[in-house]
Amino acid sequence: MTANGKPKFAMYWAASCGGCEISVLNIGDKILLVDEVFDVVFWPVAADFKYDDVRGYPDGYIDLCLFNGAIRNSENEEMAHLLRRKSKVLVAFGSCAYEGCIPALSNLTDRASTLRAAFLDGPSVDNPSGILPQTVTTVPEGEIHIPAFYHTVKALDQVVAVDYTVPGCPPEPHQIWAVLEAVIGALKEGQPLPPRGAILGAGTVAVCDECPLEKDVKSIDRFFRPQELVPEPGICLLEQGLVCMGPATRSGCGALCPQVGMGCRGCYGPANDVVDQGARMVTALASVMSAGKTGDNEAELERRLEQILAGIPDPAGTFYRFSMAHSLLHRARTGGGNGKDQAQ
Amino acid sequence: MTQPFEPLIIGFTCNWCSYRAADMAGMSRLKYPPNVRLIRLMCSGRLDPEFIVRAFAGGADGVLVSGCHPGECHYLEQNFKALRRFMLLRLTLAQFGIEPQRLKLLWASAAEGVRFARECTAFVEQLRALGPLDWPGMVAERNGHHAVSQALPAEEVQA
Repeated sequence: MTANGKPKFAMYWAASCGGCEISVLNIGDKILLVDEVFDVVFWPVAADFKYDDVRGYPDGYIDLCLFNGAIRNSENEEMAHLLRRKSKVLVAFGSCAYEGCIPALSNLTDRASTLRAAFLDGPSVDNPSGILPQTVTTVPEGEIHIPAFYHTVKALDQVVAVDYTVPGCPPEPHQIWAVLEAVIGALKEGQPLPPRGAILGAGTVAVCDECPLEKDVKSIDRFFRPQELVPEPGICLLEQGLVCMGPATRSGCGALCPQVGMGCRGCYGPANDVVDQGARMVTALASVMSAGKTGDNEAELERRLEQILAGIPDPAGTFYRFSMAHSLLHRARTGGGNGKDQAQ
Repeated sequence: MTQPFEPLIIGFTCNWCSYRAADMAGMSRLKYPPNVRLIRLMCSGRLDPEFIVRAFAGGADGVLVSGCHPGECHYLEQNFKALRRFMLLRLTLAQFGIEPQRLKLLWASAAEGVRFARECTAFVEQLRALGPLDWPGMVAERNGHHAVSQALPAEEVQA
């Protein structure tokens, strides 16, 4: 701690959308308390600090660093190492830093396809000479460098050691406050910090456990996409044929999405007893489908199942929407194509 | 001289039918390639899809899922559940670039040792034609990482 004696706070975004930062502001006027307790020393979205300021800090200078965003390019990775070195407590904050989140969906394809989609094929792209970003460009004034773009999006803990993880896309404000409160308590009153490696600001069980919708062990004959069905209120969405990630996903959000008729997206990552969120969803969906009973004709049954499964057009993108980088497979094996085509 | 490619196959069998089919194949002294490493579960319905994903992630070239014939499950209808999981997982894995032919579902009764040996031989040949999968090598080559060790490097400061 320096002159004013306040602990130092930093927040950084790597490959992310900025929603995590907004979510921190959503803790409301408690943000003033954060300002009262902490001295902000680095927070690009909120205050004007440069990377060089951080490089100039002594190692371990920052008491608490909330790192959101996945590791998508060499700049993200460099900042992860830098902030790890400068921080006493480094938190993987939000789904991107924790498990890759939406950016890591591009692990279903490869670098060339991602760049092509962003710089050549996008419907709003105007790039007649087909210019793609280059790591090094020579101009009359000299060489310009930009960060190298990776094939594979990684989670923060796949690059540096992480002290704590706060899941969610974005983390719910009341959960953020719970985490900040714990850290403030530790800093001001010497309360013990949670064990290193803990997942903070979330439950341990599945979203279903805190979802008030009525479950009735009912099986379904087909799946619906969200736009195809207005769900009955008060009844489990999975049992109405809507894909809901609740059975595989960690609780802590209060089951917000299912309660407004939208199946759980899975943003809190796998629950405590789940390793691979997607594999657990395969189990959950297989249990809710009705087809298959003694006496069924085998060929007929397979056709029937194929029909039902056609109602889930993008299983990998749905089941691993948030957890791709942390999944057992980590990424797809690609031949330059888009993974989606290979499902058909 | 280069060695022919020997696919590594993880096979999941159920206690009541398919494991006994494999046993029967052995007792009948049937010859079939030794590429399949069998893991016995109580039922194909016990097979968590995660086991299959883990097998591929760990370097398997193919996975065999084997259970009682539909209608003959020791636990009534759990093999139907296995079938539903299998089909959904196969679709999911295809998006990851794991060819559907790397997953095989085989119903085999305790009496079908000959069939078990024949199907395993065919599966090995099928995988030989597909070539190695080598998931860990592919991930590493594409700049993917597994989580770093939780032990901090020396220069980093403890909380």
